[in-house]
Amino acid sequence: MDRISESVVKKDHLPKVSGRSVYVADYPTEGVLFGKLLHGKVARAKVLDVDVPELPEGYFYVDARDVPGDNNVNIVLDDTPVFCRETVEYIGEPIAMLCGPDEKTVERLRDACVVHYEEQEPVLDIRTADHVFFDYHFGHGDVDKAFAEADKVYDEEFETGYQEQAYLEPQGMMAVPEEGGRMFVHGSAQCAYYVHGAVMRVLGCGPAGVHILQDVTGGGFGGKEAFPSILGCQVAVAAHKCGKPVRCVFDRREDMEYTSKRHPSLCRYRVAVKDGRVTAMDIDVKFNAGAYSTLSAVVLQRGIIASPGIYNVPNLRVHGSAVKTNTSPCGAYRGFGAPQTFFAVEMMMDHIARDLGVDSLPFKEAHLVKQGDATSTCGKYHFPVPIPAMIAEVDAECDYRAKRERYARPQTGRYRRGIGMSMYFHGAGFTGSGERDLIKAVAKLRKYADGTVEILASNGEIGQGVRTTFPKIVANELNLPLEKVYYDHPDTARVPDSGPTVASRSLMVVGELLRRAAIKLREQWIDGVEQEVEERFREPDFMIPFYIDKFQGDAYPTYAWAVNAIEVEVDTYTGITKILGAYGSFDVGTPIDYNVVLGQMEGGFLQGIGYASIEKMDYDAKGRIRNNSFSDYLIPTTKDVPNLKCMLHVEKYPDGPYGAKGAGELPLVGAPGAYVEAMEQALGGVRLHHAPFTAEDTLAVIAKEGL
Amino acid sequence: MDGIRFTLNGREVVYDGSAADRLLDVLRDIYRCTSVKCGCKEGECGACSVLMDGVLYNSCCVAMGAVEGASVVTMEGFRETERFHVLEKAFGEVSAVQCGFCIPGMVLAAEALLSRNPHPTEDDIREGLSGNLCRCTGYNAIVNAVSIAAKEGDGLW
Repeated sequence: MDRISESVVKKDHLPKVSGRSVYVADYPTEGVLFGKLLHGKVARAKVLDVDVPELPEGYFYVDARDVPGDNNVNIVLDDTPVFCRETVEYIGEPIAMLCGPDEKTVERLRDACVVHYEEQEPVLDIRTADHVFFDYHFGHGDVDKAFAEADKVYDEEFETGYQEQAYLEPQGMMAVPEEGGRMFVHGSAQCAYYVHGAVMRVLGCGPAGVHILQDVTGGGFGGKEAFPSILGCQVAVAAHKCGKPVRCVFDRREDMEYTSKRHPSLCRYRVAVKDGRVTAMDIDVKFNAGAYSTLSAVVLQRGIIASPGIYNVPNLRVHGSAVKTNTSPCGAYRGFGAPQTFFAVEMMMDHIARDLGVDSLPFKEAHLVKQGDATSTCGKYHFPVPIPAMIAEVDAECDYRAKRERYARPQTGRYRRGIGMSMYFHGAGFTGSGERDLIKAVAKLRKYADGTVEILASNGEIGQGVRTTFPKIVANELNLPLEKVYYDHPDTARVPDSGPTVASRSLMVVGELLRRAAIKLREQWIDGVEQEVEERFREPDFMIPFYIDKFQGDAYPTYAWAVNAIEVEVDTYTGITKILGAYGSFDVGTPIDYNVVLGQMEGGFLQGIGYASIEKMDYDAKGRIRNNSFSDYLIPTTKDVPNLKCMLHVEKYPDGPYGAKGAGELPLVGAPGAYVEAMEQALGGVRLHHAPFTAEDTLAVIAKEGL
Repeated sequence: MDGIRFTLNGREVVYDGSAADRLLDVLRDIYRCTSVKCGCKEGECGACSVLMDGVLYNSCCVAMGAVEGASVVTMEGFRETERFHVLEKAFGEVSAVQCGFCIPGMVLAAEALLSRNPHPTEDDIREGLSGNLCRCTGYNAIVNAVSIAAKEGDGLW
């Protein structure tokens, strides 16, 4: 293990473990107004009028008419209103915010508001939804010829459901009008500069008219990428109107029902096979975007780029669309579109293999990409693909091949076992030319006269450890003890824009900027004086330029890789599945801190297993989300997967700091493929097509198959 | 009514509000014990865990009337103890803290467990912490931390 990988006690450990860390809900309440959103109660309607009760002095009703600038939240497009326009497009859409000094009174006033609607039929089924937000096509080779010449053609559909981020700290933002007219917005968020841009536009002010601080944030997982921009705009508008600080912290039900989640998906795979090999894939990926476009464009891009998996597919045609329904807008969630398509392709490969009379593992191995091969977008895998070695590591850990063969034989009795495997990548950093053209990250180091060094960057600590790993990199280059280097939560008033805390990019991209900045500072270091150095993003020169209009070129500079195996035991009397073991080998390059990376892998893997098995969320015929609490939406507890084993495989990336690659998202991505393949085997070799695959689904199969 | 008398982190206090108020809200809003986190307000997540007479409770599900005469300990009090120091060190050693929101409750759950079972097996630890949700860690590090604390703090519990 490299020295940089040796674990340290995290810099934010003591304040967090002792309960001293101040999250947005923990600021004192004196002088702060409570903000409560009036959410629409129907999925699609014209809002005719709102009867607002008489407001006591000091209480306010804030809606679209109070927005001083533009009533649109800047995300990718600008179609998400701060407060609803003439219509509501999903259940929960914010119509107004009630503000005042007493929480219960604000709630009572909010609940006394009567909204008059002219209801319309909501669009809830993505199969029939006809409003397409984004529509992409790409491919290569001659797909039609390959299908015409195929020995066999497979045609299957795969579905995945919502997944709720379920960060333990609900969404919360607070806005404070400052002297001189500047607005200070702070709260639980991943991307301070996203909120900054959005609030500027909504208040109609320049960059200096607002500043954003990321508070200590109780988990994000993508759920606090774009949503805090919306909530931040709402509290900013309210504070602007009230002339006082306004804080809005969601309760759990509000958070689960109305904030962004992972996109449900419907994927159709048509696959041509000749002489036992896949010769073509014709893939149609459809994501349920919900009512507004938010981040769906980029989520879809990542999803479709991953859709052929990590296999060589000589002829490829991919169509992806994100369609509008009258439901909560979906958004970022760890994996960002890829878990859906990797699930589909892994299941498809498994089904083809079994039809051909071979096991899925050797079938997948025969199609694996390797270094130098072309990617789905005609870019290149520039670096070694360590999957074969990782398969061997997982096999050694859990005896995969032997169990796979054993469980494939006919099973009898109450308990039936199965094991399944998935293999996949996560493209590190923004998709395509995003880092170069959109983000253009800048990071700085400021050295004080006493020799301490402060990191100035905008990446937020959300549990993933950047307050520790960034200083480790800088301290390493400067030969300073770790105590001499620190990184606070970013405030846009004093840090440059090093980009958002998303896309598994912070450590790989910004960490490398900081490493280079530290080298620069080391070379210029003068004792006893204050010094500042800056570094800007440069695209690695090996990259094949990416063109988003054609989906051509290197979508990512490099890839993190993983192999997962999950072993299950199904109780055929109850439908309850026990996970006997979950095994993962993960290559995220050099771990900058072994414990930090292992914690990311274990946490992400368990989230993925939840997504695969128990995390079921759906809406009813009216478009209302039914699973809006931890009683109805189950996430894994300490007892669900006691045997969770994560291993790190290190394939260094020369352009990441000390060889590090993107890490955060990877571990979630492959669990559904491995889990559902295991379930198929335990259930006697059925072919399954959806995730999550719950106990109810299991019972249905048991009843149907007479197991 | 005379008000509700209880001990908070070793200090005698009298709460003059309604007996129907939630302990969680009272701890956070009146006594400024903000280590007690509100994660769901319906007894599912454990972020608001406190000790009442040494037993772990979700403070969101406790009405103030039930607190009369009890000894309530939150992280504000527990962090002053030697047991906390051992747990804190163990959590730090294995980086068991990520976002931190579940952690004060989790540490109190560990304290409740070790108080009744000073030498727990891994299964005991998983059972003892099963009412506290963590979305970040996958729990392995937390379970390891409690196991380390039990060994390092042998004799303290």
